[in-house]
Amino acid sequence: MTTERVNREEKLPALKLTLVQYGILLIMLVLVTGLWRLQVLGADSWKVLAEQNRIRKVPILAPRGKLFDREGRLLVDNYPSVSCFLVREQGRPIDADLPLIARGLDLDLDQLRATLHRYRGSAAYQPIPIKQDITPDEQAFIAAHRNELPELETIDEERRLYPSDGFASHVIGYVGEVSEDMLNDPRYAYYEPGDVVGRAGIEQSYDEILRGQDGSMDVIVDSHGREVGREGIQPAVPGHDLKLTLDIDIQRAAEQALGAANGAIIAMDPRTGEILALVSHPNFDPNAFAVRIGRAEWSSLITDPSHPLMNKAIQDQLAPGSTFKVIMSVAGLQQGIAQNLKVNCAGGGTFYGHFFHCDHHHGLLSIHEAIPESCDTYFYQLASMLGIDTIAGYAHELGIGVKTGIDLPDEMAGVMPSTEWKMKNYHEKWYAGEVISVGIGQGAVAVTPIQLLRALSGVASDGHMVRPHLVDADQVPADFERALLETYPGSGATQVPLNPDTWMTITDGMAGTTQPGLYHTAEGAHLDGIDFAGKTGTAQVVGGGDTHNRGGAKTPNAWFVGMAPRRNPEIAVVVLQEHGDWGSGSAKLAAQVITAYVNKQRRLEKNLATVPAKPPTVGQQASAAQAATVEMSAIWSRPGKREQNLRTVPERLGVGGFEIALNPPQNPIQISVPVRPLSGTARNRATARAESR
Amino acid sequence: MHKALGYRDFDWPLLAMVLLLCVLSVFEIYSATMHTKYIGFHIKQMYWIGGGLVLMFLLARVDYHRLLDFAYWAYGACILSLVAVRLVGTRVMGARRWVRIGPIHFQPSEWVKLVLIVLIAHYFANLGCRRLTWPDIFKAIGLVGVPMLLVVAQPDLGTALTYFPILVAGLFLGGIHWRQALLLVTVSVVVVVGVWSSGKVIKPYQKARLTSFLNPDADPRGTGYHLRQSLIAVGSGGIWGQGAEKGTQTQGDFLPIPHADFIFAAFSEEHGFVGAFLVLLLYFAILMRLIQNAQTAADISGALLVMGVVAVLTFQIMVNIGMVIGFMPVTGIPLPLMSYGGSSVLFTFLALGVVMNVRMRRFVN
Repeated sequence: MTTERVNREEKLPALKLTLVQYGILLIMLVLVTGLWRLQVLGADSWKVLAEQNRIRKVPILAPRGKLFDREGRLLVDNYPSVSCFLVREQGRPIDADLPLIARGLDLDLDQLRATLHRYRGSAAYQPIPIKQDITPDEQAFIAAHRNELPELETIDEERRLYPSDGFASHVIGYVGEVSEDMLNDPRYAYYEPGDVVGRAGIEQSYDEILRGQDGSMDVIVDSHGREVGREGIQPAVPGHDLKLTLDIDIQRAAEQALGAANGAIIAMDPRTGEILALVSHPNFDPNAFAVRIGRAEWSSLITDPSHPLMNKAIQDQLAPGSTFKVIMSVAGLQQGIAQNLKVNCAGGGTFYGHFFHCDHHHGLLSIHEAIPESCDTYFYQLASMLGIDTIAGYAHELGIGVKTGIDLPDEMAGVMPSTEWKMKNYHEKWYAGEVISVGIGQGAVAVTPIQLLRALSGVASDGHMVRPHLVDADQVPADFERALLETYPGSGATQVPLNPDTWMTITDGMAGTTQPGLYHTAEGAHLDGIDFAGKTGTAQVVGGGDTHNRGGAKTPNAWFVGMAPRRNPEIAVVVLQEHGDWGSGSAKLAAQVITAYVNKQRRLEKNLATVPAKPPTVGQQASAAQAATVEMSAIWSRPGKREQNLRTVPERLGVGGFEIALNPPQNPIQISVPVRPLSGTARNRATARAESR
Repeated sequence: MHKALGYRDFDWPLLAMVLLLCVLSVFEIYSATMHTKYIGFHIKQMYWIGGGLVLMFLLARVDYHRLLDFAYWAYGACILSLVAVRLVGTRVMGARRWVRIGPIHFQPSEWVKLVLIVLIAHYFANLGCRRLTWPDIFKAIGLVGVPMLLVVAQPDLGTALTYFPILVAGLFLGGIHWRQALLLVTVSVVVVVGVWSSGKVIKPYQKARLTSFLNPDADPRGTGYHLRQSLIAVGSGGIWGQGAEKGTQTQGDFLPIPHADFIFAAFSEEHGFVGAFLVLLLYFAILMRLIQNAQTAADISGALLVMGVVAVLTFQIMVNIGMVIGFMPVTGIPLPLMSYGGSSVLFTFLALGVVMNVRMRRFVN
């Protein structure tokens, strides 16, 4: 105790305390420096990390624009659906949970792994779509596993609903996930992996109009991935609706006419180029693509020998057969040769040392008989007199061997041979004898149905050539239309100067085809009271010769191009039946379509006659809408098919009762919601419909 | 000799600064726990502060020389309580740190800290300011080392480390020669490296925690997670902060234990560089005020007591804030006067009570 008392008088050395003070100051300065570095110098980058921590960007998907026919009747609709995404921002390794996810969402484990593998290089904030159109059960699975699988995220979206049974499927096309090739294409710069894009038909060519603009929102989450709020909501801009030139009535007539045969039918208004109907068979169910198509289903579509995904109306390149004689006649008459040419047909003729066959002994005939009777000998003679390059010149002018520029993707150009063409492609000179078979549309000549339709109806319209199209230019912005024309180039709208004599002779000749008469090739398709003109084609296939067993691989392709009335036609129809044997059969199918058109026009004209001169009242417009109602329900629920629809569709779509809402038997038109960009009478009708409910 | 004492000589400015920090602490605990299961902890913290104040005033009344005289008895009790914890302590999160007496959970390791401050002050004051001999030094190391090892074994490395600055301060102020210090530092480095690489005393998870601050991005989901979230919180606070109750890291439950060990990160996120700087300034002012009290102490034992408190507080501030901003490993040492926790609050106020005690008796002979 005594020592303590002594020591209590002492003090600690002041120097050491000062040292301690400086030491503490140093520590504080170091800490302040650290804070400065983080909070002042590095604040921005740390703020980004903080945002990434708590904010999850969730897209709000824009509904695609709907498609309507020329009268404003709904052709393609949307329905609400839920999709499942995988969000990787958690940074948690997910591999161990994949079997659970695959089981809960009814997915193939290997396919799920492959999907994730494809996204391994993309940014972590980008959600991976793993299943679309999930069922309520699968939604319940995701909700129940919020804690174990916080990575699973659902998104509401509008999905495509197409008419059943592949109705107009080759016009409409389908939508699907954007492919890697497309992503590398600057035209698809808008898209990111996993986005849905139009992959065929109108869905592809007018994708930019239909797709709208996706919105987004920031979902605020806590460290467990639980949503605690939303902000920064940028609503989606819905895609624009499109009114097609297609007429559901004519389309239906064309579908029914072609039936189960492989081939194509196109109906067009040759005055404007508006496509009224376009059928290619076999077709496909676009709904199968809208819900992600299974691998097996896809490969069956790809490997099917009848090519269901091929739009034969614009992609089939076949010999036109005798329909080409119209082109020959144009060349012959314009050159002043055919007017005075008389040929004696004795079942064929010898040219360049070979005998060329004809179907009949037509005897002595002029151009006036040669067209309706489709005498080969006459056109052998004409071809030998004209020479290949003259023929090719006129054919090119009429668009043979050139794309038409129709607003559908992947149109083919066909082939029109010439000396230049042969030298370029085969490095051989043209043998004069080869022109003989070209005279009857055989040999190297290959056309697409749309090309042939444009050419023949153009001749019947006094050389007024059109660009076939499914969407009128006034439906879309001018710069989009310009881009569209660049994307789908073709011979387009032109005027081919024809002598009046040429025009008259050919149109009268084509009118004769469907008139009763000896050797008239389409007299069986005669229509009473309709000025129905056309030209048949029975085009032999390579190695087929004169075989005639209908449907067989060596049976000729049956062509017919018909129109009404004969001059300046309002409607022109091309029918192609692959291996359909005689063109006269195709003529009957064209007659069906033309009859449907004419009947409809007469019905409308009659309706118009009853309408008083003053503006029509709402009630009367509603009655026109009622007529449309009947047609619509006929498409959406075909007799005898309805039960099947009810059974299969909800299973696939995973939304119970959906199809039923589409087909309320008493008033099916209710699916037609208010139409935005319609104009004229169609809009009046749509309004009337809405008001009449 | 005690009659002249009154609270007029109490260090009121020091108390004002301390209470200011406590107010900030209560507000930040409120903000950090409002959306968690710890909601309401700010109220509890206020009770702890109130209890701490009472203890501080009580302790200030007892002459510190009596405390010094009791130092060895208290030390013996400490060792016993630490051994008791080893035998009958409650296991919480894998470590035996707590003793339960009736309704009160008590963590002896905090109270050991206070006793060590008194003991070391007593020990070096007795030696006077003469040149230390090696036996003096080894005895001091032994006095601190025994409880330290017992606490390391709990295991509670963080608290054990807080005993170290008491020894360092004692040796430094008690008169160690710089040659001796150099030798000690060298030996310590060798021992630490040896212990580290032997892998027996320090468990692998402790090692991982201690090293992850060097590279928090290497394993952002594992050991680096806490540190990374803390850096994001502090950094995203910016200059002015995101505002009270608006820190996304704090409110979104990204920041670990934002009311306790990481409260400075929560505070920095919501109040920015300005707020964090003011808190550091406050700590600096408090520490300077404490050193001033050491200078004015009536005798060397009083000065050593105060400097022991300074050493512990400085060490905890340095390690905790250093951890929050990524300069120090994650050790689980609370920030004095700010972190939530009864033991920590009570220790700090008791330590301040010792300081007040010394200050009140500065003119007494």
